[in-house]
Amino acid sequence: MSILRVVRRVVPPLLTAVVVLCLWAGAKSVFGIEDFKIPSPVAVAHAEMKYWPLLWRATLTTAQGAGAGFLASILVGIFSGAVLSSNRWVERAVYPFTVFLQTVPLVAIAPLIVLWFQPGFYSVAVSAFIVSVFPVIANTLSGMRSIDPPLNDLFQLYGAGPVTRLWKLKLPSALPDIFTGLRIASGLAVIGAIVGEFGAGTFDQQGLGIVVLSAKRNFSTDLVFAAVGMSAVLGLVAFAAVNAVGYLMLRRWHASAREN
Amino acid sequence: MPVTEKTLSAAGVKVVGAVRTFNGGVCAVDHLSLEIGPGEFVAILGPSGCGKSTLLRMIAGLDRPDQGVVQVEGDTSIGRVGYVFQDAHLLPWRNVLTNVALPLELAGVDHAERITRATAVLSEVGLGDFIHRYPAELSGGMRMRVSLARALVTSPVLLLMDEPFAALDEITRQKLDEMLRQLWAERDMTIVFVTHSIAEASFLAERAVVLTRRPARIVTDHAIDLPVDRPAVLRGESVFAREMRTLYAALEEGMRA
Repeated sequence: MSILRVVRRVVPPLLTAVVVLCLWAGAKSVFGIEDFKIPSPVAVAHAEMKYWPLLWRATLTTAQGAGAGFLASILVGIFSGAVLSSNRWVERAVYPFTVFLQTVPLVAIAPLIVLWFQPGFYSVAVSAFIVSVFPVIANTLSGMRSIDPPLNDLFQLYGAGPVTRLWKLKLPSALPDIFTGLRIASGLAVIGAIVGEFGAGTFDQQGLGIVVLSAKRNFSTDLVFAAVGMSAVLGLVAFAAVNAVGYLMLRRWHASAREN
Repeated sequence: MPVTEKTLSAAGVKVVGAVRTFNGGVCAVDHLSLEIGPGEFVAILGPSGCGKSTLLRMIAGLDRPDQGVVQVEGDTSIGRVGYVFQDAHLLPWRNVLTNVALPLELAGVDHAERITRATAVLSEVGLGDFIHRYPAELSGGMRMRVSLARALVTSPVLLLMDEPFAALDEITRQKLDEMLRQLWAERDMTIVFVTHSIAEASFLAERAVVLTRRPARIVTDHAIDLPVDRPAVLRGESVFAREMRTLYAALEEGMRA
């Protein structure tokens, strides 16, 4: 990539960020908003540095919960999608209920999760899993249902059984769709982990959710902003990691990886 | 190669009173009977949507007639019937070589032999230098050559082709027609080639079966009176024009029927 292309890529979003930060700082002084409601960008940056060890440890803790939930979503989501796609009757019987995962409010069932899994890592991971698994199931299913019909004929003609068909046709065919699901799920897993920490976090394993709650209680709004910033970065990193893996797996053959 | 030698293992096809009606009552094939001898090159010609593909799918065993019999006479074990679709339909995540080797892979042939056989058939279709490319990196004509190589890699005794070159430009199509004629002459196989191009049917086949509009019935079963050896220049000769006129008249009759 040439330097000019890097500049073209990096400068526009950087400009947007600068404009937003200026508007933020400007609005704060114009309207006279107090620090405990909205701190200045400089104060947030300062909190970021001052509380860095705490924030870093909290980010790693949240990352573990989100990561474990996301990993479970990948495995369970792809497996369920494959099972649902194998048979129309199975799909009709089970798929409507998987939508529950999408519609059930996590905050409402958080107390149950705590009851079943104890406060701490497992509850957080389960929360991350519950909110991130549905997009993986739905996209895997949609990918595996939209196999090019002549390719199905081809595998039938050469006598391929259902297992061979899954590994050599359905799974690779559905891969672009699976990655679409994983991109959505990666961000949701971070959200799920933080919401999970609100309900089920512990103070000896402080994740970003706990940092946000306790900082808010002390009116250290600058630290709340700093922790929110870290959670946004965490989501971004997860998204970028999924994108990178997707690019490596799809670049030779799929249009979605050829753009950009 | 003389025809007598070709009949050693090439398969024949027997269709007796075949009827195929789809859900919703659309009748694609109506009491159709057809016999194809081993080693023949038969073009099935008819207006688009007339049930040609349905007939071909039934011969391949991908579909069954509601009434009547459709059967392949000869070696019907897996891999002995090859099928080429309307478009190349390759697996986009595999390179040219592993796409062509797929039928052998599904048949459990070991890796080294797969590679040897796929490489050999790829050089036969003129793609020896492209074996590590991916489908997305090839032209439409090259992709179709890969598709043809994939169908040939198992050394089929019957090759079924469903308007395989219809989406290609005229020049590419003529080149592939010439290559296919050559492959047929060299190999011991029967070819059933569905097309709606009169010129293609005349150039390729020994025999053209002209079908009516849906539901498909046979209007004309015509032996094409052209030499076995068919160079590209044949397309400009009057005998070729004569065959085309005959088929054109039959096709017209089929549209009216």
